[in-house]
Amino acid sequence: MQTPTSPVAENPAADTRPERRARPRRARLGGPLGEKLLFLALVLPNLALLGVFVYRPLIDNIRLSFFDWNISSPTSTFIGWSNYIEWWNRADSWAVVQNTVIFTVAAVVGSMVLGLALALLLDQHLVGRGIVRSAVFAPFVIAGAAIGVAFQFIFDPRFGMISALLTMVGLPVPNFYQDPDWALFMVTVTYIWKNLGYSFVIYLAALQAKPAELYEAAEMDGAGRWATFRSVTLPLLRPTTFFLSITVMLNSLQVFDIIYVMTRGGPQGNGTTTMVFQVYQETFQNFRAGYGATVATIMFLVLLVITAVQVRVMDRRTT
Amino acid sequence: MNPIAGRSRAFRIAGYLAMLLVLATIALPLYWVLVTSFKTPDMVYIQPPAWWPDPVTADPYSRVVEQVPFLRYFTNSLIITGALVTAKLVLGILSAYAFVYLRFPGRGLVFMLVLAALMVPNQITVISNYALISQLGWINTFQGIIFPLAGVAFGTFLMRNHFLTLPFEIIEAARMDGCGHMKLLLRVLLPMSWPTVVAFALITIVNEWNEYLWPFLVASDETVAPLQVGLARLISTDAYIDWPMVMAATILTITPILIVFLLLQRHMIKGLTSGAVKG
Repeated sequence: MQTPTSPVAENPAADTRPERRARPRRARLGGPLGEKLLFLALVLPNLALLGVFVYRPLIDNIRLSFFDWNISSPTSTFIGWSNYIEWWNRADSWAVVQNTVIFTVAAVVGSMVLGLALALLLDQHLVGRGIVRSAVFAPFVIAGAAIGVAFQFIFDPRFGMISALLTMVGLPVPNFYQDPDWALFMVTVTYIWKNLGYSFVIYLAALQAKPAELYEAAEMDGAGRWATFRSVTLPLLRPTTFFLSITVMLNSLQVFDIIYVMTRGGPQGNGTTTMVFQVYQETFQNFRAGYGATVATIMFLVLLVITAVQVRVMDRRTT
Repeated sequence: MNPIAGRSRAFRIAGYLAMLLVLATIALPLYWVLVTSFKTPDMVYIQPPAWWPDPVTADPYSRVVEQVPFLRYFTNSLIITGALVTAKLVLGILSAYAFVYLRFPGRGLVFMLVLAALMVPNQITVISNYALISQLGWINTFQGIIFPLAGVAFGTFLMRNHFLTLPFEIIEAARMDGCGHMKLLLRVLLPMSWPTVVAFALITIVNEWNEYLWPFLVASDETVAPLQVGLARLISTDAYIDWPMVMAATILTITPILIVFLLLQRHMIKGLTSGAVKG
């Protein structure tokens, strides 16, 4: 973004040009009022859609969290903080929070570390790197639902590909379908496989945009590969790492398709239930929309706090 | 010279080995799906699992067409994706034009309002949106699936950033020639913007084609359910699963988007990275 301010603002004399005065009608339409009306006409449809389907439900969701409400019923009862108190006291809330934290941390760290490693690898002059770059990015365009369906069979403990590979090297095959820990491992690996390509292309683009002089200077100073990576590459990538840490976290917290398709939140009740999945279960399966809204609100608040902390930490480090 | 050359050669060999490993990790699962889609149902249940179908059969593909309203799901996906891509392109380009070329008090604030929508996660919007769509009687309709997804934040951001990089002299010259706003946009700005518009369109196509949660909630049967929802339904029963048929359906579901991707990946990657790789 070379021009942070609007180019229009750099031309305050535009309206007083003689050409404008020569065409009074156009001058009137292009005048301050006409311009404002046109602005509204162009922006309002989009703004209205975002208002009705993003910001209205955001507020409404907070209101709903104070109600006892069956989503298919027209009436709801105000119950104050009861949903929040119930959430705090229920044992499954904490199991779900734990799942969410494990899944999110593993997904964010896993896809970012692997994405960076692959970007560093495929930034080298290796023959055939173009094909590998495409291959790494390809799963990102495949639907999560389709990947969930495919990987459910790939992880089949008896007849799947993972089972075939593990048997080949003489390792025992875990029961990915029945053991909650292995089930969580399965959905996390599947998620990373699908989304790795995103962190990869963002890191690769950042590496390709880096200034070559810095590296030449490091080489002249006799810095080795590791030293160069630590003191030149990583600091250069800090803004990218910051951007990714927020976007990848936001995306991985919203995963529904892979978990729904592969495990339905199970096994053993809530083995792979994350907070998003719990919102769905409470609202659309247990018909407790108020409680679902409570879980959603708690999660949103936590997300706001985490993002604010991330922004502050990164601000302090970069300035 | 020699030890350095030796180290760098070892580095290259390690690099190629790593590339092979990466390629295998991505390709093997897809190969497994493809191979299974050509197996007979019996072939699936042998141990150890077979890496090659014997006999090779295309029956799973005909079973997809016979037993699943696959074409219906496919058409629904085309309708939903087509409508959303059209709506988002039009709304995104028009909004971006206004944010860059029209003066309005508090314009920056309005832009932040559009952009901040990206930060609102979907689980906080689905409950209230579902209630609203129910009240409107739009459950199991195309409009019920399409409208809540039609607002565009990312595309507006992408197009606005692009418009800001265009030289203002060209726009000023066009205006002095008496070029109105619509003509300026259609004849001057868009012809200079195709790569960004293509990137915007591609990212939107991929996102909407792959959308799951919202269509899954709103579509109750195959009249409006898109491909992803239909595909996931194939393994929704605890009963016997015809894995070769399900894998054939998976192949049919992912192939169109993979073809689009392979042809146009450069544009898509450019769009994804243009907002991210800035200081």
